[in-house]
Amino acid sequence: MVAGLVLLALILITVSFRGSSSGPLGGIQTAGVTVLRPFEVAAERVARPFRDVYGYFAGLVHVKAQNERLKREVSELRQKALLGEGALSQNAELRKQLNFLDSPIYPNDYSPVNTRVIGFGNEFDERVVIAAGRDDGVIQETPVVTNQGLVGSVTRATGSSALVTLLMDESSAVQARDQDSHAFGVVRHGEGAGSLILDRVTKDKRVSAGDVIVTAGTRSKQYPSLFPANIPIGYVVSVGQSDTAPFKQIQIQPFVDFSSLDAVTALITKKRIPKAP
Amino acid sequence: MPADVAKAAGLLFIAVVVQLSIMSQVTILGGHPNLLLVALVCVALLRGAVFAAVAGFSAGLLADTGAFGTLGFTALLLTLAGYWTGRYGETTGRDRAHAPLLSIAVITFLYQVAALVLRFMLGQNAPAGDIFKGLVPTILLNLILTVPMYALVRRLLRPREWSPREVRLLA
Repeated sequence: MVAGLVLLALILITVSFRGSSSGPLGGIQTAGVTVLRPFEVAAERVARPFRDVYGYFAGLVHVKAQNERLKREVSELRQKALLGEGALSQNAELRKQLNFLDSPIYPNDYSPVNTRVIGFGNEFDERVVIAAGRDDGVIQETPVVTNQGLVGSVTRATGSSALVTLLMDESSAVQARDQDSHAFGVVRHGEGAGSLILDRVTKDKRVSAGDVIVTAGTRSKQYPSLFPANIPIGYVVSVGQSDTAPFKQIQIQPFVDFSSLDAVTALITKKRIPKAP
Repeated sequence: MPADVAKAAGLLFIAVVVQLSIMSQVTILGGHPNLLLVALVCVALLRGAVFAAVAGFSAGLLADTGAFGTLGFTALLLTLAGYWTGRYGETTGRDRAHAPLLSIAVITFLYQVAALVLRFMLGQNAPAGDIFKGLVPTILLNLILTVPMYALVRRLLRPREWSPREVRLLA
């Protein structure tokens, strides 16, 4: 009996690992997710007040230092916003004059689907399950954000829910650029747990601590960026380079707090997304 | 027996839901409590190897579907965890007060290592350093969960009475 169960589990692993989400096991998985979804939503609602209380008191520990940092940021951002507003209107005017063909622009060319996180992966995975699926327009590769920045992308979707692979996951890689110096690179998981790096930035590019990193919106065969341009990812914490390494070593602090994801927004494009040749 | 099955199924279903929606995002000192494993070990100690293996397989399969994981992954680990704990409960651990805590400590260690090895074999992310760093806190968190969980499971699934024909060893 037990040997039979072990054998069945091994067969399931093999079929599930080799098969696609649309295969026979995909149906089982969809049914399981559909059954569990209302209970997960209910459990999440029950747990939320407790988590909020914990989050409130945990946040108090760093509140003073955070307040100082935010004041500095507000002052810097005010100056940048003033400059940005002028550049934005000029940019729109020039695009119009040039009849510029562009890929979907965030956020105007996307319809937001605001949804709740109802499930979390295990300690091995950086993944969450959201309460929106194909019925809501969420499909594979749909970008997911919060008001703070990029969260990740949908890797599997059923009718009522979807699996989001977070930016922190080892399998995630995003084409990104430095908003200040326009240096391009790839944001991916760093060496330590919970760290992000901006990789493949050549040494001749200028990147400084504090620079904001945003999605590049570009596509390549190796790293097919699923994300529209200009979604904030994080800011540069440290920059280093060595004689032997061909690229700079850039550490990034993400804007999104991945440990306390509660509500997220899936971005459904209104325009056709161009594919890399 | 059918009543026991229904109670255990209900308990493990709730454990799966709570594990997926609440517990899996709890990280304390690098440790991750596993309520589902704790519930299964408690059921295994009170209802034996075969019952626990079937319960572990079913609960694991449900957890795999709910988390969009590789189907059969958690089912395999929980089948083995349930079976081994059940065997321990039927033999050496019978009536021992420390059996639940000892079982949880050992099974949590084996579960984490087995999950790591299995993921490595499947070519998935297997951060051995992070897992081993969080192993002791995970075991401690599971031990804390064991006390109320075992009391609850004991109320739901009364320990079996000794069969009159069964020979009880005194030593």
